[in-house]
Amino acid sequence: MMTTNTTTPEATGQGEQILAVDGLTVRFRRPNKEILTAVDQVSFTLNRGEVLGLVGESGCGKSTTARAVCGLEPIAAGSVEFLGEQVSALKMKRRSEHLLGIQMVFQNPYASLNPRRRVGSQIEDGLGLNKQSDAWNVTELLEKVGLDASDRTKYPHQFSGGQRQRIAIARAIGTGPDLLIGDEPIASLDASLQSKVAALMRDLAIQAGSGLLFISHDLAVVRTIADQVAVMNRGAIEEIGPVKSIWRNPQSDYTKRLLSSIPVADGMGVLPGLNV
Amino acid sequence: MTAQGTPEGILITGLSIRGLHLDIRTGKKTTQKILRGVDVDVPAGKITGLAGESGSGKTMTAMAVIGLLPDGCSTQGEATFEGQNLLALSPGKMNKLRGKRISMIFQDPTASLHPMINIGGQLMDHMRHHLNYGKSEARRRAIELLELVEVPRPEEALKKYPHQFSGGQLQRIAIAIALACNPSVLLADEPTTALDVTVQAGVLRLLRRLCDDLGIAILLVTHDLGVMSALADTIVVMRQGEVVETGDRYQVITAPKHPYTQALIDALPAHEATMVDHDDN
Repeated sequence: MMTTNTTTPEATGQGEQILAVDGLTVRFRRPNKEILTAVDQVSFTLNRGEVLGLVGESGCGKSTTARAVCGLEPIAAGSVEFLGEQVSALKMKRRSEHLLGIQMVFQNPYASLNPRRRVGSQIEDGLGLNKQSDAWNVTELLEKVGLDASDRTKYPHQFSGGQRQRIAIARAIGTGPDLLIGDEPIASLDASLQSKVAALMRDLAIQAGSGLLFISHDLAVVRTIADQVAVMNRGAIEEIGPVKSIWRNPQSDYTKRLLSSIPVADGMGVLPGLNV
Repeated sequence: MTAQGTPEGILITGLSIRGLHLDIRTGKKTTQKILRGVDVDVPAGKITGLAGESGSGKTMTAMAVIGLLPDGCSTQGEATFEGQNLLALSPGKMNKLRGKRISMIFQDPTASLHPMINIGGQLMDHMRHHLNYGKSEARRRAIELLELVEVPRPEEALKKYPHQFSGGQLQRIAIAIALACNPSVLLADEPTTALDVTVQAGVLRLLRRLCDDLGIAILLVTHDLGVMSALADTIVVMRQGEVVETGDRYQVITAPKHPYTQALIDALPAHEATMVDHDDN
């Protein structure tokens, strides 16, 4: 099952390597139960201008991997290297300046924006971190994500879920990140908006010269925006490689089962899933 | 299917929606048109799919039928079920039908189930109310239903609370609740959108089986044309409160007549893959 675990994705030609995850393991202690290994020996790399999709079912360790990458979970074994420096778990201290180059867009924009502050000033917080202080301004960012410049004086509750997620993306992009992580950024959005917001994230991340780690359980969307895809199951990477080859020629049984569960719009009325 | 069959004397009949208009009040004197003359037939033993983008009025059509519209809505037209127009029923009469003859399942089962009432309570309360079942009778039926939707260890499940189940199991429980009083019509609003694809595959199979075995009329609301193609017998495509195309599943997906339907199909992210996968098989 783990044949392709440590294979490094072929270099796409352009872009320096910004993230190297090697043998990452995260364990959780549970009361009255054995220790849970949520992430088990996960390795991958990510280059500038590249999108890596991390897919798998709920509970497979996708989000824990992302949280460990940006220092939100303690690492039990292995290493995470961001621009040549080790990432270690944040404790009660301030995030080091170096790590500010990693920005995350969370699943729920209702919770990740401050309800009591105007969105313009929240986006300015992001801009304040940008090393190139004149790279963006709030108006440009709002227009970039398809909102109106006059929206800057509004509060988060005055926007729909999709618009709020766009604001969270604008804030993350405004910081000029080297690595953008989307942790199920489209899962809480209205179904027909999901692929639009995902494409927007890809475009903005590539324009800004950063790498994008895109986590989602929605395989169809990942397929449209990712260059490389890693399939996770029970904490481990089953298979990693270019999107096309994974879709056309999946190697592991789990990936095959996952892909065959996607209903196909061919009008034949065939129920998805392998008959086991 | 004796146990889950329909009680004697009740014929399974479908639902017929004709000329459904829905306006919603947006200000003191202003209204917005949500639905502009929707015609949909939901025959018994068939799955009728309602497709369209967000805001096209799919969910509002289902909500109008089951009488769960928000404040400030006014409707015109007819939704005929068992010889009566559902839109004209008094709230009291609608309450007697809702959850009994017509029931609904929603997108997010973690939101549609009560977090502080155990599964047994949520499964049995409305049976006791609608069907006048006694405690033991309701319990027996509840276990039977959980077996029908393939929830493991039904007896234990009755005592558990929603947070103790996964999303897929909760959606199965929500379906069991909807089926408890032998409805003729089941409205399913994005029933698998919140689930993983492998779990979705199981729930889709369950819905198909229930439709075939129990002869229920299912109205399936979904934006996902893949799900639509797997499950629906007839597809109705909506845009901006109007029906733009109605037809057989195969015809609508492979040879759509309306340019909007064609645009929806062209926009499918997995469209190209679909073809490739097919060659391989």
